[in-house]
Amino acid sequence: MERTFVKHIGSIRATVIEMGTLVEEAVSRATASFLERSVDKARQVVEGDGRINALEIAIDKAVFEFLALHQPVAGDLRFIFIVQKMNKDLERLGDHAVNIAQATMSCATIERPMPVGQVPTMSSMARQMLRDSLTSFIDGDPQLALTVLEQDDQVDAINRSMTRETIEMVKKGVAGIEAALELIKVVKNLERIADLATNIAEDVIFYTQARDVKHHGNAAAPAA
Amino acid sequence: MQNSEQKPADKIVTENLNLFYGAKQALCGISLRMAPKAITALIGPSGCGKSTYLRCLNRMNDLIPNVRVQGSVLIDGVDVFGPAIDVVELRTRVGMIFQKSNPFPKSIFENVAYGPRIQGVKNRAELDAIVEKCLKDAALWDEVKDDLHKSALAISGGQQQRLCIARALAVNPEVLLMDEPASALDPISTAKIEDLILELKRDYTIVIVTHNMQQAARVSDATAFFYMGELIEHGPTSKIFTSPQNKRTEEYVTGRFG
Repeated sequence: MERTFVKHIGSIRATVIEMGTLVEEAVSRATASFLERSVDKARQVVEGDGRINALEIAIDKAVFEFLALHQPVAGDLRFIFIVQKMNKDLERLGDHAVNIAQATMSCATIERPMPVGQVPTMSSMARQMLRDSLTSFIDGDPQLALTVLEQDDQVDAINRSMTRETIEMVKKGVAGIEAALELIKVVKNLERIADLATNIAEDVIFYTQARDVKHHGNAAAPAA
Repeated sequence: MQNSEQKPADKIVTENLNLFYGAKQALCGISLRMAPKAITALIGPSGCGKSTYLRCLNRMNDLIPNVRVQGSVLIDGVDVFGPAIDVVELRTRVGMIFQKSNPFPKSIFENVAYGPRIQGVKNRAELDAIVEKCLKDAALWDEVKDDLHKSALAISGGQQQRLCIARALAVNPEVLLMDEPASALDPISTAKIEDLILELKRDYTIVIVTHNMQQAARVSDATAFFYMGELIEHGPTSKIFTSPQNKRTEEYVTGRFG
């Protein structure tokens, strides 16, 4: 017979996976809405954010009760510890998807939209990082989580170059300021999505290997 | 002059300790080091050998028929099973507190004074001072100072256990062995015993057997996990309870067995 606390852990895990799935879909739909200039898809993202927020509250409650009732240690403690952090990051990921969707809706009213430049590449990378980080959590796979950490610098580099290029285009009169601001907003949100995916990957490494790799890249920081 | 950065020498060291009850081996090659003035918790499921191991440290197992011990138990580098060892003196230096408190059927005062009297202290003022100090060190003085001649059997279970600790302290031990000292007590008495143990660590080396893992986590500096007579893993308590190395340790501390 399964112990009660094991069932609770299973339930929390399932809810995190559910939230991760919704977030992944929201990010995917938001980036598609921007690239396709689809206001319908953008609206779906905004309307779906309420469900993500509700799951954040539910996970917070479940974690709080688990800590009070079960006083977890070792692997269970590390699991609950990272779930708290992932919960916050997943909710923020939902917000970033909403921001991108709102940029889509703003761009719909702009007469002269900007070329999207490297946004397709950046969005593809950010989405893949998010997918891999969530898969690494589901499978308990620290090796997959490490691959996510390795990609963050590339996304950061695209963010910087796109911001520079966009500013140049505004200065040269090639692009209007409104369109440029919305494009920079999308790029910044994609960069944050990649950062948050990296956070999740770092959390998975902590959970599976008791190694804290924050701020050190792949360095083998002392175990907990 | 001693290098201040040197780690102090281990207070207790067992090397390849084996113990047999007749033909049955209860301890298998236990090698463990315990730091001075620190608290080491011994955890493990029932029958794993932790209490048997504890009793080796002051040779209480000598009192059990058909017990055979191999290996060594060193306290301050001296083997307690050596030929020159006075077992009575050993048990003065290495005191023991048991799961069920066992005060003498005497007054509170006489319980604490008994040991010093046996050691030759006759002066009344000196005995008074010893009794007061030990009852204070055991966090019991304020509760009993006006009833020192009351029977020890008339006080509560938690008070009796603290009285037993005071009794052990009265003969100036260096080590205190505690075999589930709070398992028979209510939560408030347990908390008082745990607070006391944390205070005592300033002056004494403490080894505590406990079934209560949260207790081990709360009070101890180091934890040793026993299973079926073997020492499976030991280390700083924070490490054992956050990232144990051995799968069986992980399963035990997370409550998946035992």
